[in-house]
Order: sequence, then C-alpha cells, then structure tokens
Amino acid sequence: MLSIKNLHASVEGKEILKGINLEIKAGEVHAIMGPNGSGKSTLSQVLAGNEAFEVTEGEVLMDGNNLLDLETEERARDGIFLAFQYPVEIPGVSNMQFLRTAVNSLRRHRGEEEMNAAEFMKLARETSKQVDLDPNFLKRGVNEGFSGGEKKRNEILQALLLQPRLAILDETDSGLDIDALKVVADGVNALKSKDRAVLMVTHYQRLLNHIVPDYVHVLADGRIVKSGGSELAFELEERGYGWLGINDAVAS
Amino acid sequence: MANTDKQVNELIKREYEHGFVTDIEADTFEPGLNEDVIRRLSAVKGEPEFMLEWRLKAYRRWLEMDEPEWAHVHYPKVDYQNISYYSAPKRPEDMPQSLDEVDPELLRTYEKLGIPLHERAALAGVAVDAVFDSVSVATTFKEPLAKAGVIFCSISEAVHEHPELVKKYLGSVVPIGDNFFACLNAATFSDGTFVYIPKGVRCPMELSTYFRINAANTGQFERTLIIAEEGSYVSYLEGCTAPMRDENQLHAAVVELVALDDAQIKYSTVQNWYPGDENGIGGIYNFVTKRGAAIGKNSKISWTQVETGSAITWKYPSCILRGENSVGEFYSVALTNNYQQADTGTKMIHLGKNTSSTIISKGISAGHSSNAYRGLVKFGPGAEGARNFTQCDSLLIGDRSAAHTFPYIENKNKNSIVEHEATTSKVSDEQMFLCRQRGIDPEQAVSMIVNGFCKEVFKELPMEFAVEAGKLLEVSLEGSVG
Ligand SMILES: Nc1ncnc2c1ncn2[C@@H]1O[C@H](COP(=O)(O)OP(=O)(O)OP(=O)(O)O)[C@@H](O)[C@H]1O
Ligand SMILES: [Mg+2]
Repeated sequence: MLSIKNLHASVEGKEILKGINLEIKAGEVHAIMGPNGSGKSTLSQVLAGNEAFEVTEGEVLMDGNNLLDLETEERARDGIFLAFQYPVEIPGVSNMQFLRTAVNSLRRHRGEEEMNAAEFMKLARETSKQVDLDPNFLKRGVNEGFSGGEKKRNEILQALLLQPRLAILDETDSGLDIDALKVVADGVNALKSKDRAVLMVTHYQRLLNHIVPDYVHVLADGRIVKSGGSELAFELEERGYGWLGINDAVAS
Repeated sequence: MANTDKQVNELIKREYEHGFVTDIEADTFEPGLNEDVIRRLSAVKGEPEFMLEWRLKAYRRWLEMDEPEWAHVHYPKVDYQNISYYSAPKRPEDMPQSLDEVDPELLRTYEKLGIPLHERAALAGVAVDAVFDSVSVATTFKEPLAKAGVIFCSISEAVHEHPELVKKYLGSVVPIGDNFFACLNAATFSDGTFVYIPKGVRCPMELSTYFRINAANTGQFERTLIIAEEGSYVSYLEGCTAPMRDENQLHAAVVELVALDDAQIKYSTVQNWYPGDENGIGGIYNFVTKRGAAIGKNSKISWTQVETGSAITWKYPSCILRGENSVGEFYSVALTNNYQQADTGTKMIHLGKNTSSTIISKGISAGHSSNAYRGLVKFGPGAEGARNFTQCDSLLIGDRSAAHTFPYIENKNKNSIVEHEATTSKVSDEQMFLCRQRGIDPEQAVSMIVNGFCKEVFKELPMEFAVEAGKLLEVSLEGSVG
C-alpha cells in the first residue's frame, strides 16, 4: 500500500529525516517508537503533506503512485488520515459542521451523495458514543477547550467517521487515563481490516497490549535503526534505547 | 408659495429650451449640481414646498463644508459636478425580458448564495412583470401591514401622503449639517424607504422580502426613515446578499431611526455592492450615515450588519441613548478582500440613566485589503449607571492584509462602566492543515473558519439571511487563498 524509500526531509534548513525506508502492506499494523525529537511526528506530517516540511530526497508511493505529488487534501481523499499529536482548535466552528464538511468532501470525491445534516447528526452521535465522547462535544467548537484526553478521543472519532485506508496515529495514547486508552484502542481495532493499515507512533508498550502490531520500528535521529515484531516493544520497555547504540545526547 | 412654483416651472422650461435635456421625457439629468438642479429635482418629484426648502437649506450648508479626511481610507477625489442627480426608474421595456438575457456569471453567484429561484430574476433586473405578477406580490405584503396600521412606502410617497410625520422626523436624528455626505444626501436624496409603526403594534412581518425585490433599483442617495411609536416593534432588513452593480460610483445614504417609549427597532444590513476587481479597479464608494435615536424609556435599537461589498466603506451605525433604560446594540461583520478598504464601527452615545450598549465587531481582512474598526462610546453627565460592553475581533487572512482598531471612550460620568475586549488572530497554517488533512478544500476551509469567527453576529440576523450571509462570505473570499 505504502512504500517509503530513502526519505529525507528538513524543516527550516535543518535535516530531520535522514533516509527512511518502510513498507506498509494492507492489513498490517506498524508501530514506530523512538526517543523524543527523533523525527516520528515529522515523518507523520510529511506523509500527510504538511508544507512546513520540505522533502529533499527519496520517494513515497501509495498504491504505486507518487504520493508526494499530491496536495494534502488529495492525500486525505485517497485515504490518508493523521491523528495529530497536538490537535489544533478552530474556535466557533462546530465539531459537527467540521466533521460533516470533511465527510462530505470525501463522499463527493468518491462520487457518493453528500449526507444531509439530519443523517449526519445521527451517524456522528452514534460514533461519538463509540469513543465515549458525550454527543454535546459535537456542538462545541473544534477542540475548543477540550481536555487533552478529549482531543485524542475526538481524533479517533474523526478516524471512525472518515474510515481511512491508512491511519497514522501520532501518540494518540499519550495523556490518556486507563479507560480512555481502552476506548481509543477499541476505536483503532474497529478500523483495522484486511484492506486498511495503521501506522502508530507511541512511547508506551501499554497501547500495544490492546493493539497488537505486526511490526515495531525504532526511529532514532531521523533513521529507522531497528525493526522487529511485537516482541521488540517489550524489549524496549525493559531495556530502553541505550542498547541499540542510540546516543543519549541525540535522544534528548 | 405659488410664485416660487411658477419660477421653478419656468426654470425647467428654460433649461429644456437651452437643450440641457433634449427629450421632454428624458429620464436623467445632465451631470452637475447647483440650486437649479435641486429645484428641478424637487419639481420632477412634485414635492411640496417644505421639502424644497429643506433641500435648499441643506445644499447651502453643504457648499460650506469640507469633505472629511480622517477615515482610514484613501480614494481619488470625487467630482460632485460630474454626477447626475436624477435618474428615473428604468422602464420595463428597457430591462432584460428574461433570465436568458442576464449575465450567466451573475446567475451562478445567485445559485451559490442559495437565493430562491423566484427572486433571482427580479434581482437580476429582469422586468418584474415578465417573471411574476408584481401587483399581487405587493398586495400580499401590503394587506397585513395596512391592517396593522403600519405605513411602509417610499419616502417620496410619504412626503405626499404623510407630510406631518416627515416634517416632524426627517432630519431629527441626522440633522442637515451633520456631516459632508449626510448633507449632500439631504440636498439631493433620490428616494428611499419610510416605515411607521403605530403605538403598541408588533409589525406582523420581517420587512425584508418585499424590499429586497425592489432593492435593485434604489438610487445613489438613498434616504430611510423608520419611526416606532410607543410599545411597537419592527425588524427591517436592507440590501441583499446578491451582488449589486451600479454605474454610480458614489453612494451616500442616510438612515434615521426613531424609537419611542418601550419601542424596538432591529435594523439589519447586508451590503454587497460591487467591490471593484481583483486589482482594485472600479467599485462603489459607500459613505453612509446611519443613526438611531432611542428617545423613549426602555426603547431599544439594534444594528446588525454584514458588509462585504464596496471598494470603500465608510459607515458608523450609531445609537443615541436618550431614554432611561434604553438599549443600543451593534453587531457587525466587515470583510475586505483584494484592495477593498473599510472604515466602519459605531457610536454609542449614552445620555439617559441606566442606558446600556453592546458592540460586537468582527473584521476580516484578506488579500491587500485594509479593515478598520472605529468606535466611540460616550457617557454624558446624566448617564448614571450606564454601561457598555465592546468586543472587537480582527481576523487576518494571508500576510498582506491589515486590521486596525480605533476605540474612543469619552466618559463624563463616574457611575458608568465600560468593558472593552479586543483580539487579533490569523487563520493559522495549523488550522488550514487540519482542515485539508481531513479532505476539505482550502477555500472551503477558510470560509468555514471565517464563518465560525462571525457566528456571534450571524445569529442576530433573520434566519434565512444568516444562511445566505454564510455563503456570501464564502463567495467574497474566493481567491483569498492559494
Ligand atoms: N517547525 C519546526 N521548526 C523547527 N524545528 C522543528 C520543527 N518541527 C520539528 N522540529 C524539530 O525536528 C526534530 C524532530 O521533531 P519531531 O516532532 O518529529 O520529533 P518526535 O520524534 O515526534 O518527538 P516526540 O517524541 O517528542 O513527539 C526536533 O528536534 C524538533 O525540534
Ligand atoms: Mg512527536
């Protein structure tokens, strides 16, 4: 589905990604771990098309087509979804309106009929219950005054409504209490299918108890320095990153 | 004085002889302004003596006035001798006979705005008879209004039919010599609207739809007068979201509102005059004086405006809060794009005890435009316990636009309270990225964010217009991203 080859990217002249190689096939779940500042969010943002980052080398193919040629919104319509590490607020724009606009953009792209307000309201209310978010949150401004955990659940709500083919989750488990973690994990598991894939960035093994990854990769200083199966996560939990020869200075 | 009438008639005749107007039925005056032009204008409209005197008095005042230069706008000098001060309404045979003859671009905009089908033709200037029976439309509205005793007619008609009301109230809120443009308007006003709501009457309908259909042909110097007697209520909507084009570059309207004891006037405006092209060429200069006098105790005057059109907008709908406990409100959205300039805001003049006012202003600047809020809150010595709340938010789109805020506070009373909040924000790259990451077009994203920003004001608009106003912002913002 997604094939990343020798991807280099910089921000403000500073190289952050220094040659990433990664293959993600439909049906797979990949986890990316690694120290703070190693480039995990940068990779996520570059895949989603954030123009603040400049790709200087390499290529990314989605279904064999050059992903980097597409605008952000085109990538989204092709099924790429990014759950943000720090979701931004849009004051005054109701969550409901935002979500319906997004869903209808995708539906239009697929040549499907747009959902009217009543139909969408029903769907959104049901889905918000699925992530344990009070339907009242739909009336509030997008992320406006949401707590950290509520923002994360709102990201999963969006993923469930948009049904992406590739869901990139950037630390969606951070800052969640135990119940919320379970809710988020259930949400992600509901997304999994044989023709979808999940790429999740996390610092904690505990999420991987709920969502079992097929592959775990360790990102350090802009490169993938180790890949393995789900057992690698346990090893990292136990031993930290030092044994992989990751320089602590770089790591922090 | 019959003598004067005779002189006027002779004058008119003489000018015809001199070939100023070749056709006796000619619809338009030659450009130029002098006392004779004003006499002719008044004569053509068959006005009573008092009206002519009023106009002449205004004209003489105007000659002594200078054009204001303090607003935060720049424009080439207007040549007042190069304007024609009278033009009769178009005859049906001169208008397009069907929608097929109308610029398709205009029709596409109507569609985007969601304007009902049956209104599109009328707005596009198609001869109304060709579309539907105008008489029946007029009577559908006029009957319930007449039943309630509401007078709703053109100001020209009111001058004839209700001279005592006109004499009493015209110029009572915006005096002849108030300012340069208002004074010019008093001398030359073409036509406008008159509304009178009798004591204790709640106007049985929103005074909008009927007006909207007729709005397309209003003149360059419009004059509106609304009087709400004791305990009455009226909601009036001026203008429409449909783009309005006009060959007249200068528009200088005057609106006067009078609210007596316990009366309420809600006045909403949607202004979408031609703003000029994306290079700032052409466009309307919209210099308006709007003022409401809340003379009665417990009276209320509420202005809501959505301003997206015109090359230059200069307007400050204001409230004079004279009556005890009277209330003034100002809700405004002003959007500028490309090279538009807006200098708009309000004045809340607190004179009576326990008067209160609220100002919510939302300015949006995109492109190379400049958008200024200018507001005055004034408490007179008698304004015991008066209070004002002002919230003034600016939103910038892109990095070539500008927003300015000029709040003025004059307080002559110790027991009054002013609260002022102001914010300036940008449509951030992060917000745009979030929207686009969810599959939303950049233009739709901007319009959604801007609509969210304006929500507090839109909820003050009559329902059907709130929806259109949202779409209007979307259309006005076209080309502001990318
Ligand atoms: N807009 C930016 N401007 C300057 N530097 C940036 C910018 N975005 C990211 N960086 C830098 O790029 C490096 C990688 O950041 P990134 O956010 O990708 O790390 P991360 O692996 O997601 O870290 P964490 O685990 O803390 O979320 C960091 O050194 C960061 O400071
Ligand atoms: Mg990160």
